[in-house]
Amino acid sequence: MDIHEYQAKELLTKNNVKILRSTLCHSGDEAYNAAISLNTPVVVVKAQVHAGGRGKAGGVKIAKTPDEAKNITEQMLGMTLVTAQTGKDGKVVHKVLIEEGADIKKELYLSVTIDRRTSNIAFVVSAEGGMEIEEISQKSPEKILTVLINPSNGVKSYHVLKMFLFLGLDKAVYNEFTNFVTLLYNAFLAEDMSMLEINPLIVTGGGNLIPLDAKIALDDNASFRHPYYNDFIDEDEEDPLETKAKSVGLNYIRLNGNVGCMVNGAGLAMATMDTIKEFGAAPANFLDVGGTADSKRVETAFNILLSDKNVKAIFINIFGGIVKCDMVADGVITAAKNIGLELPVVIRLEGTNADKASELLETSGLNFIVGDSLADGARKVSKIVNG
Amino acid sequence: MSILINKKTSVLVQGITGKEGSFHTLKCLEYGTKIVAGVTPFKGGSLFNDAIPVFNTVAEAKSNIKIDATVIFVPAVFASSSVIEAIESEIPLIVCITEGIPTIDMMSVKSALRGSGSVMIGPNCPGIITADECKIGIMPGFIHKKGKIAVLSRSGTLTYEAVNQLTNAGLGETTCIGIGGDPIIGSSFLTFLKMFENDPETEGVVLIGEIGGTQEEEASEYVKNYMKKPVVGFIAGKTAPEGKRMGHAGAIISGGKGTASEKLKIMEKNGVHIAENPSVIAETMIKALKKH
Repeated sequence: MDIHEYQAKELLTKNNVKILRSTLCHSGDEAYNAAISLNTPVVVVKAQVHAGGRGKAGGVKIAKTPDEAKNITEQMLGMTLVTAQTGKDGKVVHKVLIEEGADIKKELYLSVTIDRRTSNIAFVVSAEGGMEIEEISQKSPEKILTVLINPSNGVKSYHVLKMFLFLGLDKAVYNEFTNFVTLLYNAFLAEDMSMLEINPLIVTGGGNLIPLDAKIALDDNASFRHPYYNDFIDEDEEDPLETKAKSVGLNYIRLNGNVGCMVNGAGLAMATMDTIKEFGAAPANFLDVGGTADSKRVETAFNILLSDKNVKAIFINIFGGIVKCDMVADGVITAAKNIGLELPVVIRLEGTNADKASELLETSGLNFIVGDSLADGARKVSKIVNG
Repeated sequence: MSILINKKTSVLVQGITGKEGSFHTLKCLEYGTKIVAGVTPFKGGSLFNDAIPVFNTVAEAKSNIKIDATVIFVPAVFASSSVIEAIESEIPLIVCITEGIPTIDMMSVKSALRGSGSVMIGPNCPGIITADECKIGIMPGFIHKKGKIAVLSRSGTLTYEAVNQLTNAGLGETTCIGIGGDPIIGSSFLTFLKMFENDPETEGVVLIGEIGGTQEEEASEYVKNYMKKPVVGFIAGKTAPEGKRMGHAGAIISGGKGTASEKLKIMEKNGVHIAENPSVIAETMIKALKKH
C-alpha cells in the first residue's frame, strides 16, 4: 500500500531519521498558524496525494509569509493535481503539509527496494537528485548505482563507501552518511516496506543530510504485525468500490471498460481481461473472487460489479479447483434473483462439478448465456457490448 | 520418469489438522499421493483420518518416518518458520501453498535455502503434480492425464486452464508446477526448466508467466542457449494498468518495467513459441512440436 509523504516522514522519525519540521494542514487558517509557529524565512506548501511528480504539476510551492502560505493552501485544497504518476484523471488535494524551508547545497537521489531476482535489499543512488529516476535510467544509466545488500549479513561499511564515492560527497559527511544509510536500512526492515524513495535527499549548507521528500510503499502482507497500517489508509485516495471489495476480502481493481469480470484466481483474471480486449471489448475491472469463494462472497462480488455504472454486460469465468462450480452457480443465481439482475451475463464454468453447475443455471429460470471456453465466453460477451 | 515427485514419493503435511490442510490432505490421498505423516504443534501422538501419524515438529516426524517432500498449509504468520523448519530438517522438496507471507520473511527463507539441499516451490502456489502418480497441492487432480508436456506457471487457475487444454488435446502432462505469485519465491522458472530439459519423458514445456519481475526473461535466455525441447509461453496482464497490484503481490508493473509486451518481445526473440491468448496454449504446443 502507498502512503502519504507526511505518513512516510512519521515512520522515518519513529526510526530516528532526522527530517524537517512540518505540520499537516486541512485549511488556510491551519496553514497560517503552522507557518507562524515554524517561524522560518520561507515555508513550503506541499499537496498530500499518493503520487510523485507533484512539483512540476504545481503541488509544491514556496511561501514567504504566513499570509502567502494561507493563500497557496486555499488554492491547493480541492484542486485536482495531474502529475506524471496520477493518470489523466489526477488526484484531488484534501490536505497539505506545511514544512520549514531548507538551505539546499546539493540534491541527491536515494531509494531502497527489494531486488526480486537476488532476494536482496537494493539501495539505488544517484547524484541527480530531484529528477525522475526512470528518466535518468533511460537517458544516462551510468549516473545510477545499485548496491545489493544480503539481509543475512546486513549493511557493511564497504556498501556505504561505494555509494558515498559514487555520489562524490564531501568527506566531512561520511559519518553522517553511514549513519543515515544504516537507519534507512533498519527502518525498511522494521516497518516491512516494499519501497522507500527519497528524492531529493539534500545536503544542507551546514553539511547535514535530510530527506526533503519521502515516498513509502508498505507490504500489505505484513499488516498483521503492524496494526498502524490500518490507520494509514486514506479513503480519499482509494476508489470507493475497491475499498468496499477489500473490506469483504475481495480483490477488485477498477478499469475503464464496460465488461464486468468475475474470475477465480489472479492469473486467470488477468488472462480473461486480456482475452476480452482481444475480442474488441474492454474489461471494466479486475476481480478475483479467490479460492474460498462461497455463495455469499460471490453475491457480494456481483453487487460490487453492478455498482460500476459503466458495466454493460458481465463475464463470469470460473475454473473450479478449490471452488466448486455448483457453489458458484448457486451464488450467481441467488444474487441475480436478489437484486433483480437485468444485465446480460455470460458464464463459463469449468472444473469440479461443472455439469451440476450448468444444470443449475439452465433450470434457474434466469437468462444466462453459457460460454464453452474462455475464448468462447469472451467472444460472446464482447459481441453483446459491441452490439 | 517425471521430475521431483512420483508414486513412490513419501509426503509430510505441515498444518495437517487445519481447515485447508485437512481438506487438501484428503484430496491428495484420493489422488493416490503417499502421505506418510503430518505435523501440527501440540497435536503430536494423534492420528489424522485414523491412519496418518501426527507429530509436533518436522524433526520428530523425520526421525520416525522417511520423508521425501513436505507440503505446508500453515497460516502466513507462521509459514516462514515452517519452511525454515523443513529446510533445517533437510527435507529435499518443500511445497508451500500459503498465501500472504511478508516479503521480508521470504528473504530470510531464501537465505536459509542457499547452500541447503532443499528445493522449494511457492509460496502462494497450487503446488506440484505428476499426472496419475502424485499430487502435492491444491490443483484439481481430474484434469491431469499422463502424457508428454510439462507446465510451469506463476498462476493457479490459469495453470488448470492450460492443463485442461493439454489433456483434451491428447498431449497429456508429465509434471506441472505452480511456482507461486509472490515477488520472492523459493525457485524460479529457471530451476525447473533445467530439470525438464533433462527429463526423458517431457517433450515440451508450457511456461505461463505474468507481469512483474524479470524471471520470464531469464528463463527465455536459458531456452535460447540450452534447450532442445520446444517451450510455449503465455504472459497474463497485457491490459493491466501500471502501479496496481493485480491480485498476486508479484504481479505489478513498476516504473514501466515488467510489462507483458516487454516480456513477450524478449521471449519471442529467444525462441519461445508465444500463445497469443490462453485459449490457444495447447494448439501452439502442437504446432511447436511439429516444428522441432
